[in-house]
Amino acid sequence: MAVPPAAALPAPFLKWFAERGWSPRPHQIDLLARAQNGKSVLLIAPTGAGKTLAGFLPSLVDLANRPKRKPGEPHRGVHTLYISPLKALAVDIERNLGKPVAEMGLPLTMETRTGDTPAHKRQRQKLAPPDILLTTPEQLALLIASKDAERFFAGLHYVVLDELHSLVTSKRGHLLSLGLARLRRLAPGLQSIGLSATVAEPDALRRWLVPQNPPGMMADLITVGGGAKPVITILDSAGHVPWSGHSARYAIPEIYEAIRRHRTTLLFVNTRSQAELLFQELWRVNEETLPIALHHGSLDVGQRRKVEKAMEANALRAVVATSTLDLGIDWGDVDLVVHVGAPKGASRLAQRIGRSNHRMDEPSRAILVPANRFEVLECRAALDANYLGAQDTPPLVEGALDVLAQHVLGMACAEPFDAGELLEEIRSAAPYAALDPVTFDRVVDFVATGGYALRSYERYARIRRMPDGRWRIAHPHVAQQYRLNVGTIVEAPMLKVRLTRHRGRGGNVRGGPVLGEIEEYFVETLAPGDTFLFAGKVVRFEGIRENECYVTSAAGNDPKVASYMGGKFPLSTYLAAEVRAMLADPSRWHLLPEQVADWLRIQKDVSVLPHREDLLVETFPHGDRFYMVAYPFEGRLAHQTLGMLLTRRLERAGAHPLGFVATDYSLAVWSLEDMGRMFRTGALSLAELYAEDMLGDDLEAWLADSWMLKRTFRNCAVIAGLIERRHPGQEKTGRQVTVSADLIYDVLRTHQPDHILLQATRADAAAGLLDVKRLGEMLSRIRGRIMHKDLDRISPLAVPIMLEIGRESVNGEANEMLLAETADMMIEEAKGTEQAG
Amino acid sequence: MTTFSEAIEIEGETALCDCSGALYFPGLDLLAVSDLHLEKGAAFARRRQLIPPYDTAATLARFAEVIGLYDPKIVVSLGDSFHDGAGAALMPDAFRAELSVLIAGRDWFWVAGNHDPDAPEGIDGESVKEIAIGPLVFRHEPSRGPTPGEIAGHLHPGARLVARGRSVRRRCFAGDGRRMIMPAFGAYTGMLNVLDRAYAGLFDTHGLFACMLGRRRVYKVTGSVLRPG
Repeated sequence: MAVPPAAALPAPFLKWFAERGWSPRPHQIDLLARAQNGKSVLLIAPTGAGKTLAGFLPSLVDLANRPKRKPGEPHRGVHTLYISPLKALAVDIERNLGKPVAEMGLPLTMETRTGDTPAHKRQRQKLAPPDILLTTPEQLALLIASKDAERFFAGLHYVVLDELHSLVTSKRGHLLSLGLARLRRLAPGLQSIGLSATVAEPDALRRWLVPQNPPGMMADLITVGGGAKPVITILDSAGHVPWSGHSARYAIPEIYEAIRRHRTTLLFVNTRSQAELLFQELWRVNEETLPIALHHGSLDVGQRRKVEKAMEANALRAVVATSTLDLGIDWGDVDLVVHVGAPKGASRLAQRIGRSNHRMDEPSRAILVPANRFEVLECRAALDANYLGAQDTPPLVEGALDVLAQHVLGMACAEPFDAGELLEEIRSAAPYAALDPVTFDRVVDFVATGGYALRSYERYARIRRMPDGRWRIAHPHVAQQYRLNVGTIVEAPMLKVRLTRHRGRGGNVRGGPVLGEIEEYFVETLAPGDTFLFAGKVVRFEGIRENECYVTSAAGNDPKVASYMGGKFPLSTYLAAEVRAMLADPSRWHLLPEQVADWLRIQKDVSVLPHREDLLVETFPHGDRFYMVAYPFEGRLAHQTLGMLLTRRLERAGAHPLGFVATDYSLAVWSLEDMGRMFRTGALSLAELYAEDMLGDDLEAWLADSWMLKRTFRNCAVIAGLIERRHPGQEKTGRQVTVSADLIYDVLRTHQPDHILLQATRADAAAGLLDVKRLGEMLSRIRGRIMHKDLDRISPLAVPIMLEIGRESVNGEANEMLLAETADMMIEEAKGTEQAG
Repeated sequence: MTTFSEAIEIEGETALCDCSGALYFPGLDLLAVSDLHLEKGAAFARRRQLIPPYDTAATLARFAEVIGLYDPKIVVSLGDSFHDGAGAALMPDAFRAELSVLIAGRDWFWVAGNHDPDAPEGIDGESVKEIAIGPLVFRHEPSRGPTPGEIAGHLHPGARLVARGRSVRRRCFAGDGRRMIMPAFGAYTGMLNVLDRAYAGLFDTHGLFACMLGRRRVYKVTGSVLRPG
């Protein structure tokens, strides 16, 4: 590629740099030059490389050179739109960018617009737009769906997309890509600038940034190499590394010592409950009462803001956090990152480690703390990968149809649209480049009348065709409905957790502060009197009233109910392969802690360790049951799906399976019949049991009734606008007046199984909750490579998963069984009473 | 047939709680259903929430099945038979015809509900505020205080059990031997836990039981093991 001519910085910029003894970095000048040549650009750079300033430099220079608006001249509309995945990030940027803008005395205005922006300010922004508007994808969707979108964005020159790598992989990214396509129509010369951390496939992001007509067009790419290599170690604890579990309790003294030796430590975990547990354990040993705080998405907003403020002021020594702190918010002087639990992906680990030490020339410091033995292997693999600079960010997927439906309705709210023109516009967005006209027509039909074969809703249409063929909304009420339901983030139903002082009165209490929010499904498993960890303390469950969960402070330190919901993030394919490679290669075991290496050696002696491409299947008796344990290392979701399908097949083969449990690494099925003997005698063929055709009919049959599919359907239905979001205050109307998504799902599946929303649901589930794609790849890989080991007792490798049994529930028919058991138990009781009486 | 239902007594009258949610009295040859909420999908669509229009077909199919099973002389629909006042009049003709076939040759009573206070337009059967048959009285909303022999609906009772860290929630018949509140029958009807405040004072707390609807069975559980929420 030819080197573009060096861009000239205007005087105020040169002066500003010079006064500070700085000079602009080469990639900042490079980006400016390309932008000034009319190009869209993707900038990939590590944290601390001056990414933000680089992204805004073209706008700032352009605005600095612009003649002043004369009095009486109309407002010029937004010049630059900045979009970030987090509200907090937009606010952060306003502060960080505001400083140089003020110091250079640039004649420009800059404002944020988020869900928190008061109505009067939004109104004013529409009349007198700022030059630079900092906002989120949801706000963009609202802005382009309003009637004055055309005027508002007519003067738009640049759109800056921050943390693009994290945005593009979700449905939010799909919605944003459609918004970007609309912006390009409203402002034809629009250039986009994407800012991203390192990703596996930069070209996918380069296509995402520019219109796909002709297909395959790409934005320019500027890559800034990594700074100093991070210094990462795996905690080599004197304590016993547990076989299973996720608490890392064994390592608490060493973690505390590390906190003591550093200025500010950021501790990352994978789930909220792990964060709670770690926080509690640290305070238990916190003899010096170091200021250690907790930060996760379920905590009350006020609480979170307090922690963020304290971090900014460097008033904290440590913060325990979940992914809410993942993204590029720059708070305080973090000099150590501790990652508790396995990182699940090499790229995620690299980004989290990037939180420490925001200066590129100094190495980041990080300690990995595996919570159990398999996690030791995973951490080791991730660490090697990080040193090699391996990337395993997920690939981009095709745009979701529920998101498309939402966008189509939004576009009708803005102004009447011509279906053909809108399709062309939509296909310019990379995720929807392959959208076919038939599918698009079905989506439009869905938006209009629900897309039902039984066409009884024609008179209730939300959008209608006008005589000139264009579609318009049927009633202003539709636009109002759209505004209330915009966005792609569907929260699991949550209950407020309120701390009260009245014990033992069920839900018949009032008052007390709100500690935060908790998932409804978790609360449903609690009985009054149960204790659990929340907001850093042990609380006692008292009862539910309306949408609030009442708790009291509980004495003691040991909560009765542990809530570990499996990690949100599946083990990346890349890391899984690395873990298998390490297992297969004894020459690498010296890198592992001695107790873990020993564990593998014993496994090698009493059973076998599989080759990196093989699947090991062990069978053995234990207690009065027979077990089959497989080690695919494909992540919990894929294993769960595999477990469901294997049990169906084993049932048919007469093995009488009783249940199964899945972890990120392995899968255990237990049964009444000896599966080992069945394989030996040929009564059951291992190759047939694991044959790929299970993804056909068996999958379909099981899916039909799966709770996972119902949950996925609910999300799709909310995003597509079929059912309305629950808004605060509406929960009180109770279950009996709303129609639950589960009921709609059942009815729709029976009467119109090919409905477009069910199609979208299946696509989502296959990619997400079920991980069918990954399972399919695995089954095809292991064809003819299954290694069966029939043992007379449990193997060392099987111990971790055997310890998980009983902690996890098996869904499906089990609910009916549970009902039957309770009822039958009472019948037995009743009989006993009769006999006694 | 017994596997699909659970026999109980109300004021000495034997009743079968069917797993479909219908209640059959062999002694009276009477079948009762409650809260059909026919045309609920259409009612939502009128407010431009376009949920699938198949609920009426689904409800009628289950209704036809249970009527076929017991072939009752008398049928009582305990109110909220239609989701709103416009429901019956605007119902597609195909459903109207299906309903006529079920009604033909039986004594059929539409009890008035809060959603459908007026007689369903253009549909056979007798409309009543409430109706007394034998020791029983059928009305939509349960009366406050002890009312022996009352069979009501309106509240959409549901029950919840928790065991082994799991929670199971089902529609249910709620009773105490004196009176009964029936589960909602309609395909789009939700439920309200029998331990909710709305049920306060209706049942004798010690005698309360719930017949929870399973897929092929009815599970009778005593009130003491139920959970709120």
